[in-house]
Amino acid sequence: MLNAALIVFRETLEAALIIGIVAAATRQIPRRGLWISLGVVLGLGGAVVIASLAGEIGQWANGMGHDLFNAGVLAVAVVMLAWHNIWMAGHGRQLASDARNLGSSAAKGELAISAVTVAVALTVLREGSETVLFFFGIFAGAQVTVLSLAEGAALGLLGGAIAGVLIYRGLMRIPVRHFFTVTAWLLLFVAAGMAAQLAQILIQADLLPPIVQPLWDTSSLVPPDSSLGTLLHALVGYEAQPSATQVVFAGLVIVGVFVASRRARRSH
Amino acid sequence: MMKSIFPTAKRNARAEHPSKGARAAGFGHVAMVLGAALACAALGATAGEEEPTLSLKIRNHQFYPAELEIPAGEKRMLIIENQDATVEEFESHSLHREKIVPPLSKTNLYIGPLKPGRYEFIGEYNDATAKGVVVAK
Repeated sequence: MLNAALIVFRETLEAALIIGIVAAATRQIPRRGLWISLGVVLGLGGAVVIASLAGEIGQWANGMGHDLFNAGVLAVAVVMLAWHNIWMAGHGRQLASDARNLGSSAAKGELAISAVTVAVALTVLREGSETVLFFFGIFAGAQVTVLSLAEGAALGLLGGAIAGVLIYRGLMRIPVRHFFTVTAWLLLFVAAGMAAQLAQILIQADLLPPIVQPLWDTSSLVPPDSSLGTLLHALVGYEAQPSATQVVFAGLVIVGVFVASRRARRSH
Repeated sequence: MMKSIFPTAKRNARAEHPSKGARAAGFGHVAMVLGAALACAALGATAGEEEPTLSLKIRNHQFYPAELEIPAGEKRMLIIENQDATVEEFESHSLHREKIVPPLSKTNLYIGPLKPGRYEFIGEYNDATAKGVVVAK
């Protein structure tokens, strides 16, 4: 049971933290709870479908099917988060001042949050499908009783949910004048971390070369399998020994969104 | 494959360089990188190559063989076959690899080029029994 709980927790953590950050970052967008919940539900449904097809997906593209699929999912999630960040940079202040009359900018706010819905759904789908697959296997093997399995899963999910609520509560305590700067940077780092993961997946599928592997090594400082390492990996895509390819991917997302956000801010 | 990647990436980058509007610029920057990456992915998926491979089997939550040898400085495709009815995840921090292996199925990934040394890997879902090491010589 504890094993199941730990596995569910590890798989849930990343999605839960991202949902927590997203929920805080979209605080002035009307009906954000509905949009984010929609993302979670779509993601869970997708996870079950993908887990059922896992054997087939794995056979695509000469055994690289999962890598290509995950790369596509990450790519879309990065674009959605990046676009949301750039949009918020241009419209965030205006949206905050108009929030009461729910005018055209609020409608546009819903367009921006639908991008977040997609990002949440894809994150839940990617992490969730592995968890669902894990449970499929256990049911097939009938190694444990359904009850103890359900307990384990519930415990793991609860742990993940607590982590998500904690980061949300923590972020909501930030004074308003710094709030959107902090959440924008956090979301940007989440997107950059996803881009670095995308690079890693393309490297292991031999579709990108690992340039300078590793570019640096902090595995003695913050081991990747430590609690802090796991948390930082989930939050900002921390890698103890990244290749230059990963760093370039993450860097391009950060610089690209930063530059585009500045322009968006100036034009509004 | 390695040679074909960079010219493609540069071409795409130029073709999609953002010009007008902040939103377009944002999309452009991100799409530029991702577009180049996915273009490479499409190229790679169709390229059939003859090369030596490594094989690994998972049975009763253990790896067979538990030790794989790879020539240092070379890249190899690793074929992992999961003979168990449960899912496994091949994971190695030192190799920078993480890949799901669904029940009763096969998956492929590439490892290397590696410096001489020992690189441990585990099955994430059964890390008490599923352990192995890649030795680069």
